[in-house]
Parts: sequence; C-alpha cells; structure tokens
Amino acid sequence: MGIEVIFKGKNLVRLLAGLGAAMKISLISVAISIVLGIALGMLMTLKKPVINVITRIYLEIVRIMPQMVLLFIVFFGFTKLTGLNLSAEVSAVIVFSFWGTAEMADLVRGCMISIPAIQYESSAALGLGRLQTFIYVIVPQIVRRLLPLSINLITRMIKTTSLVMMIGIVEVLKVGQQIIEANRKTAPNAAFGVFAAVFLLYFAVCWPIGRLSKYLEKKWEN
Amino acid sequence: MEEILKVEHLHKSFENLTVLEDVSLTVNKGEVVVIVGPSGCGKSTFLRCINGLEDIQDGRVILDGQTINPPLQKGDNYRQRIGMVFQSYELFPHKTILGNIMLAPIKVQKRDKNEVRAEAEQLLEKVGLSSKKDNYPRQLSGGQKQRVAIVRALIMHPEILLFDEVTAALDPEMVREVLDVILELAKQQRTMLIVTHEMAFARAIADRIVFMDGGSIIEVSEPERFFTEPRTERAKRFLKTFEY
Repeated sequence: MGIEVIFKGKNLVRLLAGLGAAMKISLISVAISIVLGIALGMLMTLKKPVINVITRIYLEIVRIMPQMVLLFIVFFGFTKLTGLNLSAEVSAVIVFSFWGTAEMADLVRGCMISIPAIQYESSAALGLGRLQTFIYVIVPQIVRRLLPLSINLITRMIKTTSLVMMIGIVEVLKVGQQIIEANRKTAPNAAFGVFAAVFLLYFAVCWPIGRLSKYLEKKWEN
Repeated sequence: MEEILKVEHLHKSFENLTVLEDVSLTVNKGEVVVIVGPSGCGKSTFLRCINGLEDIQDGRVILDGQTINPPLQKGDNYRQRIGMVFQSYELFPHKTILGNIMLAPIKVQKRDKNEVRAEAEQLLEKVGLSSKKDNYPRQLSGGQKQRVAIVRALIMHPEILLFDEVTAALDPEMVREVLDVILELAKQQRTMLIVTHEMAFARAIADRIVFMDGGSIIEVSEPERFFTEPRTERAKRFLKTFEY
C-alpha cells in the first residue's frame, strides 16, 4: 500500500521537518493574529465611523480573496512592485496574519458586544471601578465565549498552511509529493501511504487542539 | 428621625424626552418606601439616578449629607454604600454563588477574604441557600438567583437598598420566597426604596407609598390610606387596574 516508503531512509524525518515548517508559519501567524485581532476587535466596538469603514473593507477583502491569491499577491506581486525581497516564509506569515487578524477581530468584536450592558451596570452598582469590572467581570466572560471560536480559527489556519508549498516552501505536503516522486518506480502505490501519513500528521496536531476546546467548553458550561 | 437619602428637584431627560420632572423625596433611616405607578412612569429610572447609573440634568441626590449625583468628586466610591437589586438578577455567570457574593467586598472594600466568606455563608444560610454556595448561577432557579443577588448587595453593608422590580421576571410561585426575604430585611430596620408591581406586598411592607405617574410624584401616603382612599384621581385610576 506504499506505507513502507515512509520508513525508507530519512523519509519520516523529512516529513516531520515539513510538518515543523508548516507549524512554524501557523504558530507565528496565530500568535500575531490573536494579539492584533484582540486590539482591532476592541477598536471596532468603539463605534467610530472611520474605523468601521476601514475595518469593514478589510474584512470583506479577506473574506472574498482566496488565501492563495493573497499569497501570490504578496510573494510575487508585492516584491516586484517594491523591489523588496520578501522570503517565502515571511510572505506566508504576512498573508496568514492578515487573514487571521481579520477573523479574530470579528470574533472578538462579536463576543464583546454580546455581553449585556446591565452586567456593567450591576458591577458598577456594587462599587466596582471600570478597570475592576473589566478584569473581574467582563474579560472572563469574553474569554469563555471566544475560546471555542478562536480554536476553530486556529485549526483552519494550520490546515490552510498547506497552500504555502505554492510559493516554494517545503512543508509537509510538499515533502510528501517529493517522496512519492522519488519512489515512483519502486513503489507505485506510495501516494496512498504517504498522503495517509500526511493526514495523520495533521490529525495529530489539530485533534488535541479540538479536544482542548471541548474540554474547556465543558468545564465552563456552568 | 434621621434623613439618610434626600432627592431634590430631580430632572432627567433622554435627548428631548423628559423622564423625570422635579422629583423630590426624602427617605429616613430604617424607613421602607415603596414606589408604585404605571409602566413607563419613570420609577425605575428614578432608582437608577439615585446610584448614578443615569446622569441627571438638574437637581441633586444627597446620601447622608453628601451630594452624590451629580458626583462632586471623581472616583468617589459612593456606590458601595447603596445596594441595588435588579429585575433580571444580573449575577456573574462565570462565578460561583460564593464568588458572586465575595467579589465586591474583597475587591472594592478590601476586606479580609476569610471574614467575607464567613459572612457570605452566614447570609446564604439566612436565605436558605447554603447548599448552593459552590453552584453556578445557571444551576439556580429565578427565585434562588434573586435571593443571591440580595445577599450580594447586603454583604456590602449598604446604608440603603434599592429594589428595582425584583419579582417582575419571576414565575409566580417564586415571588413569595423573594418577598419573604425582603420582609425579613424590613423587620431588621433596613432602609429600603422599593419599586414593585406587587400591590399586596407594597401594602404589607411600606411605611410610605410613593405614587408616580408621567415622570412626577403624584401622591405620597401611608399605605393603608393609599390603598383604601387615594387622594388623587390618577392614583384611583391606577389602583382600579388591579381590580378584577
């Protein structure tokens, strides 16, 4: 079935290195997206018309554009246009952060406005100050609502990094293809085994994250 | 009698809509004042103006000799001296019952945690909810949540308690358990300002009834007198709506 190919030579190590490359890009992008997304999401709740227009356009661009198009624009288009030489990794991080920040901001905004105004008032009535209300009453509630949603986003970002092979990054899927190509003669069925291995690697990364989300949701249900 | 709360010529409007017009009221220490009136008469807004949840356009609210609305000093924390209980309980969903009760005394009044916990447990015992202390609000019935909200206000040792239609969101069979708690507070000589639609309760608990309509105080009477022979035509009409 072509599974033996994976254990030939350094193939497994290469696959794991490819997974590492994909993880590096996703984790850096996720971290940037969370920080910028929270900041932008909070800005969006201020209801300032200028901010609203800009963020609306930004969100729409991210929603309409396929991530691959964005990757090509940044990696090929932007570098040609400006003469700046961006590496494929940096381009990928820029694109994934651009996307992640938009979606994260929208999630943060949604969670923030879902906290009823009277929660602020009942805190004020107890004598809690603005900052205390925020720290002890509002933020914990926002985090509980935000977590399952943002974990969904994070797993989507991890899976979508498979696109970066299109701009020449050797990540896990690309390594898989290389292995299949190299063993075409000796193991014609390698495709099944190798892609199954790639599937399992993605599963090994995303499944625990999903479980963590389930666990926290359950824990916070009360 | 010692005055605890004094409201002078209060005006409140939202944009162009006047909600309260020239409302004045004095509440003495240990007194229970019940405000009744048709929906939209401004009685809830009046309560909210007293602890500064609404800004006011004119007039003054004076608590124990100190003007609190409009606030004279920024950051003056007078709200911890006024307890307020809302119609929809507004417990904090992410905190346990004890967590809800203990938050403000520890964070606002900087009291000792063990002392606060002991008092919280004692108060919960009094309202019959000791067994629920480690539960979350979601696991409680409406009546139980409202009793917790009352305890959460009481533990701050407020000089006056405001009740804003605290039984309006409850199923009928749960109204009693909440009103009993408030009756018990009245027996302890607590100063209370209560907005309610429960006329029998108002009659039983009030030292004075304040009847509001159209953003003004129309009539202030002893409860017996208000319910048997109201002086104003508007109060008569209002009380008629409760007869079948």
